[in-house]
Amino acid sequence: MPYATGEPTDDQISAVMEEFIALEGPLLPMLHGLQAEFGYVPQAAVELIADALNLSRAEVHGVISFYHDFRKAPAGRHVVKICRAEACQAVGGEALGEAVLARLGLDWHGTTCNGAVTLEPVYCLGLCACAPAAMIDGKVIGRVTEDRMTRILQEAGV
Amino acid sequence: MKIFVPRDSAAKALGADDVAAAIQIEAGNRGLDVTVVRNGSRGMVWLEPLVEIETDGVRKAFGPVTAEDVPALLDETLESLGTVEDIPFFARQTRLTFARCGQIDPLSLTDYETHGGLAGLKRALGLRPEEIVAEVTTSGLRGRGGAGFPTGIKWDTVRKAEAARKYIVCNADEGDSGTFADRMIMEGDPFTLIEGMIIAGLATGATKGFVYIRSEYPDAIEVMEAAVRIGLKAGMLGTNILGSGKIFDLEIRTGAGAYVCGEETSLLNSLEGKRGIVRAKPPLPALEGLFGKPTVVNNVLSLATVPVILQKGAEFYAGFGLGRSKGTMPIQIAGNVRYGGLFETAFGMPLGELVNDIAGGTASGRPVKAVQVGGPLGAYMPVSRFDTPFGYEEFDGQGGLIGHAGLVVFDDKADMLKMARFAMEFCAVESCGKCTPCRIGAVRGVETIDRIDAGDAGAVSLLTDLCDTMKDGSLCALGGFTPYPVMSALTHFPEDFSRQKEAAE
Repeated sequence: MPYATGEPTDDQISAVMEEFIALEGPLLPMLHGLQAEFGYVPQAAVELIADALNLSRAEVHGVISFYHDFRKAPAGRHVVKICRAEACQAVGGEALGEAVLARLGLDWHGTTCNGAVTLEPVYCLGLCACAPAAMIDGKVIGRVTEDRMTRILQEAGV
Repeated sequence: MKIFVPRDSAAKALGADDVAAAIQIEAGNRGLDVTVVRNGSRGMVWLEPLVEIETDGVRKAFGPVTAEDVPALLDETLESLGTVEDIPFFARQTRLTFARCGQIDPLSLTDYETHGGLAGLKRALGLRPEEIVAEVTTSGLRGRGGAGFPTGIKWDTVRKAEAARKYIVCNADEGDSGTFADRMIMEGDPFTLIEGMIIAGLATGATKGFVYIRSEYPDAIEVMEAAVRIGLKAGMLGTNILGSGKIFDLEIRTGAGAYVCGEETSLLNSLEGKRGIVRAKPPLPALEGLFGKPTVVNNVLSLATVPVILQKGAEFYAGFGLGRSKGTMPIQIAGNVRYGGLFETAFGMPLGELVNDIAGGTASGRPVKAVQVGGPLGAYMPVSRFDTPFGYEEFDGQGGLIGHAGLVVFDDKADMLKMARFAMEFCAVESCGKCTPCRIGAVRGVETIDRIDAGDAGAVSLLTDLCDTMKDGSLCALGGFTPYPVMSALTHFPEDFSRQKEAAE
């Protein structure tokens, strides 16, 4: 995850977009590419994408805002996703989520003041037989206890 | 010596990578000649990481293994489970779709072929398109994503359509809680899915395929992308499939966190680069699908079952099952269970046998209260309905659905009012926004259930009425089926909806 060094330039954005322009239905791969490169989808990308794909800026904005994955600003240094879905709930997932929210003093999607952790809900990681499940910076963990989560958060800086 | 340590996400989530690393280090220290193979999961998640050591062609299983167990593992003093086939949960299955998963190195085409891979494709290359379709139709294969539509009929519609270009789209947006079969097969036997899609292409005249995988499955995406690269290099994909001169190109695409994109038309819109809004049908995707072209949209399991149908014949597959539910279903057992994982079996097993016998009841040891079958849009089945055989029509007759065959078990500490509230909350979060009964109804549903929780008994009839509206007025199953979990909770567990009222009185 790149540290914020100011907004990406149009040239930097266009260079990423170029990789995907020839695909059939390039917009979602393009947005994923931009987020992988910059950590979020820069506002400046909206007009550049609209021009390149012959869409309106409103349409591009609509696509970005529709999907839960796409961010408009960088996340914290670590992204912690806790599953809120039924199978995890069946084994105490809700209590785990509540405990983490309380410990960090956040609502879902919030970032701690020190910028260390962004906490997000996720609805199923496909780890339903080893629940409760979570994902830390893309790494999956199963049968998560409060103690284990506390250690993980401490290592992450909160 | 070959040592198998699964790379399946569930195994990784339980420490498999640490175990694999520890084995490499310890074997190195001892000067042992060890090859670590990262296979798929055998599907017995309570035993993961399940490590197998192969000596003289026999694989001894151990699990769950931790990094600390590795010295004993290599000393041969760690207690073994016997072979995987010795374990009752495994032995009682009929593994047709999942035959190779956990057996082979997922990215070895040699392993794949040795274990029956490509036999179906080779046979299909010698058949006419209508013959391939006839085979799939006769097998009785129905859409395994949940709709249960006869796969052969869908393929035939696309085959007969006239267009310059046709597509095969694999729906790998497995967003239902309690389901992970698609993830497992993509991570454990990706070539099976690819082979099925190529056969679909040959049957329908489609030369391009997409696999739309949800972004919550990064490991599956990684394995599928690697498998496509290997397939292209080996001539399984591309412009000259196995030297036949036939064409099939395949792209892996990633979703972006929207549950509704598991609905086929929403998925097509998403592939096209649009918001995942649901489309009205007609037109059917089979005639006007991706970019307006005839498109087969099939679930991962439907496509991954095609190779074995072509290999062993339609009659073989149709010989399993009951009624109009032919063949086998990879059932996913999840939630508060003792023995959770993947259990592939012929249709027809009663729900109670799956939950109490195979799954061993709850993990907590407390009584089973309810089982949600078919994902978040499936009904909560009470214990009184446990004699229902596992089949499409059989579950429908009991006010439920099998969906993608995920079972989530709840013990008696579950609060069914809270579960009903979550069903509405989830619908509100994931609604594409097109239909008012879904978009607004779900929000009002949460509010109405909160009113019931606060003691307002009159809100119960309002909730029932709201559910009727959502069922009748929604274009897709997200709004249309949210009433299933809500009304089944209300009907079978009324005591959870009248606590506050009793307390107030």
